[in-house]
Amino acid sequence: MRNRPEAPVALALICTILAGLGLAVVYWLGGQPQIEGALLAVALGGLGAALILWERRLMPQEQVEEEREIASSAEERAAAQAALERGGEEFGRRRFLARLLGAAAAALGLAALFPIRSLGRAPGLSLFRTAWRPGTIAVDENGVPVGAEQIAVGSVLTVFPQGHPGSADGQALLIRVEDGALRLPPDRLAGAPEGLVAYSKVCTHAGCPVGLYRAQTHQLLCPCHQSTFDVLSGAQPTFGPASRPLPQLPIEIGSDGLVRARGDFTEPVGPGFWEL
Amino acid sequence: MVLWLDDRLGTATFARRSLRKAFPDHWSFMLGEIALYCFVLLVLTGTFLAFFYVASPREVVYQGPYEPLRGAEMSAAYESVLRLSFEVRAGLVMRQIHHWASLLFLAAITVHLLRIFFTGAFRRPREINWIVGVTLLLLGLAAGFTGYSLPDDLLSGTGVRIAYSILLSVPLIGTWAAFLAFGGEFPSAELLGRLYAMHIFLIPAAIGGAIAVHLALIWHQKHTQFRAPGRREETVVGSPLWPNYSMKAVGLALIVFGVLSLLGGLFQINPVWTYGPFDPTTVSSPAQPDWYLGWIEGALRLAPNWEIRTFGYRIPEPFFPGVLFPALFFAGVYLWPFIERRLTGDDHEHHLLDRPRDNPMRTGIGVAILTFAIVLTLAGSNDVLGSFLRIPVENVTRGLRVLVLVLPTLLGWVAYRVAGELRGREVSAGRYVVLTRTADGGFAEVHEHPRRDVARSEREPEEAARAERRAGRAERRARRALKRAERFLRRAKREERRAAQERDGTERPWKGRGER
Repeated sequence: MRNRPEAPVALALICTILAGLGLAVVYWLGGQPQIEGALLAVALGGLGAALILWERRLMPQEQVEEEREIASSAEERAAAQAALERGGEEFGRRRFLARLLGAAAAALGLAALFPIRSLGRAPGLSLFRTAWRPGTIAVDENGVPVGAEQIAVGSVLTVFPQGHPGSADGQALLIRVEDGALRLPPDRLAGAPEGLVAYSKVCTHAGCPVGLYRAQTHQLLCPCHQSTFDVLSGAQPTFGPASRPLPQLPIEIGSDGLVRARGDFTEPVGPGFWEL
Repeated sequence: MVLWLDDRLGTATFARRSLRKAFPDHWSFMLGEIALYCFVLLVLTGTFLAFFYVASPREVVYQGPYEPLRGAEMSAAYESVLRLSFEVRAGLVMRQIHHWASLLFLAAITVHLLRIFFTGAFRRPREINWIVGVTLLLLGLAAGFTGYSLPDDLLSGTGVRIAYSILLSVPLIGTWAAFLAFGGEFPSAELLGRLYAMHIFLIPAAIGGAIAVHLALIWHQKHTQFRAPGRREETVVGSPLWPNYSMKAVGLALIVFGVLSLLGGLFQINPVWTYGPFDPTTVSSPAQPDWYLGWIEGALRLAPNWEIRTFGYRIPEPFFPGVLFPALFFAGVYLWPFIERRLTGDDHEHHLLDRPRDNPMRTGIGVAILTFAIVLTLAGSNDVLGSFLRIPVENVTRGLRVLVLVLPTLLGWVAYRVAGELRGREVSAGRYVVLTRTADGGFAEVHEHPRRDVARSEREPEEAARAERRAGRAERRARRALKRAERFLRRAKREERRAAQERDGTERPWKGRGER
């Protein structure tokens, strides 16, 4: 190496050539991600190494020194100021037109803002309502009506308003706890017959689906930010960043054994907002 | 060629001056370059991806070759990403290189920013470029988030949903802002198209423009340099642009491309097929964003569940960690050059860099903020930490809530003291020891006391009091350095003799590594 300083550079360039040809072959044979990545790395890295080695070993290592001069001289500044003012005087002479020009620009800018409104519809009441109405049948994700006896004590099922399976804001968790274990105010308890209680599945913190149920401790846990809700006490938050309980969906069990809603959720579902 | 161009554009004058322009050699000046090369690679690979990606929420049933998902309902967007990954030849490599490049892009920007911060390179006259650079970081975050969300998989969909909730939490305008930005209540059919337009057009165009300004300012203002013998405020020293610096820069670019190709080929990243298509009623657990948003995720997880209710209106919990905290954070970063000027009263031009020890206050604050961000990033994975350490996640969160306040204070204070200590030593011992050769072949020491440090030691009499005790230590250090220098000189002489012999034999016009 000592006597042949250009040898490593040549070696690196040969690596690039071989890897480049290899890439073409691999691609032609049908491609394989790992080999493609490795060959590409050799081809690119070889070329890069060749350039750096060339510079380091074969080129004179000289240092250049330059003067720094950033700010302009006082005369330059004065001249620039004068040029700016001379142009500005043209506007000063026609005050009225200059003001009209400003107004025209403002009007145009205002007009350009309006299409922003087309980006989305008005929020209106959509954040306050879901598709649940009195008598709506609860269905599972496939749209099949849910019978009360399907839910054993300690188990949980995600239900939707009939006609809206997979609905993002209508999703609710149907949970059965031991009868009489729920500690709810009387009007809320009426919407939770036989230990069967339904809560919105949308976390009141950042809107993730509250996907984890710890049946032993009757806790619902949101996997996103670990907000924890106590099922027995009306899904009050017990830990984590959520501050509002999960809204309850009042339900009843019909004579046919199907679970029906008695109305919409007790409160708007999902994360909080200004008007809530 | 030169004539032809010069006749038409007058390029010779420009070239004469520019080709010999001085560019930096120190490795820490290459961090921003790495970010630039990542951006180039992102544009190249991203263009390839854009040829195959379909930004459509239309429901389709998967019929492709990936067995576990066959028959599953998914969006056309998600399906197009699966097709790109499994059916398009070299598609998976391109996608993975793109993702790795985005991670490195933001990492390089962040480390570059830290280098600029801790060496004081943002001081007058470079405040404008600091602002452009911080803007580039913000744009990079936006590019990362929008791109990460495009595959419409379960993991990224959860991230979009959290972003929607954060936007919704803004006081007064939150609901309207969220509905206009997302095209209605989440999940909306408009969203993918919007993310796509932002990701492949708006944000890259803005990044390209900001990079152009960033580089133009560096070109105009010239680079900063570390203090060393022969380095002055009035001049700038470095390699000439042509050919040395150009060779090194293109070489570094290619090596960055090579490393990213290796990562993209051998190390799986964002395997969206294992997450499944987005479904607003399910969530993957654990769910973490890419590393650069970990600090906001951590803030959301650690923040207490406070919300404000007044006059029938509500400021919900995510506003504070999700909007207010990042806004204040970036406001502070943007304004730092001006804050520091106010704190130190130093409004002089600086082209010679500080080392972290030269400004203990800045170093302490920087370390504290960095620690804060790192603890928050850890908190963004508190569930993973919990299962790793076998501790209930509630206790991890409680512990981190304490740590996020205690650790930055502690480490910031330690950094402040250590930097002050190191600086104090140098003030007493002299900043560096310069050895000169005397006529009779021996060595003599020359102590240099940069003017600034002497002034500081006058301001701080206690430093002068400690100087006595340190003088002995400094002397011993200087003796050791002297011995090293003698060894070095003997070796250099040996090599010189050998080189002379070689030159006589072969006459090679190159200079070896050791001689530089």
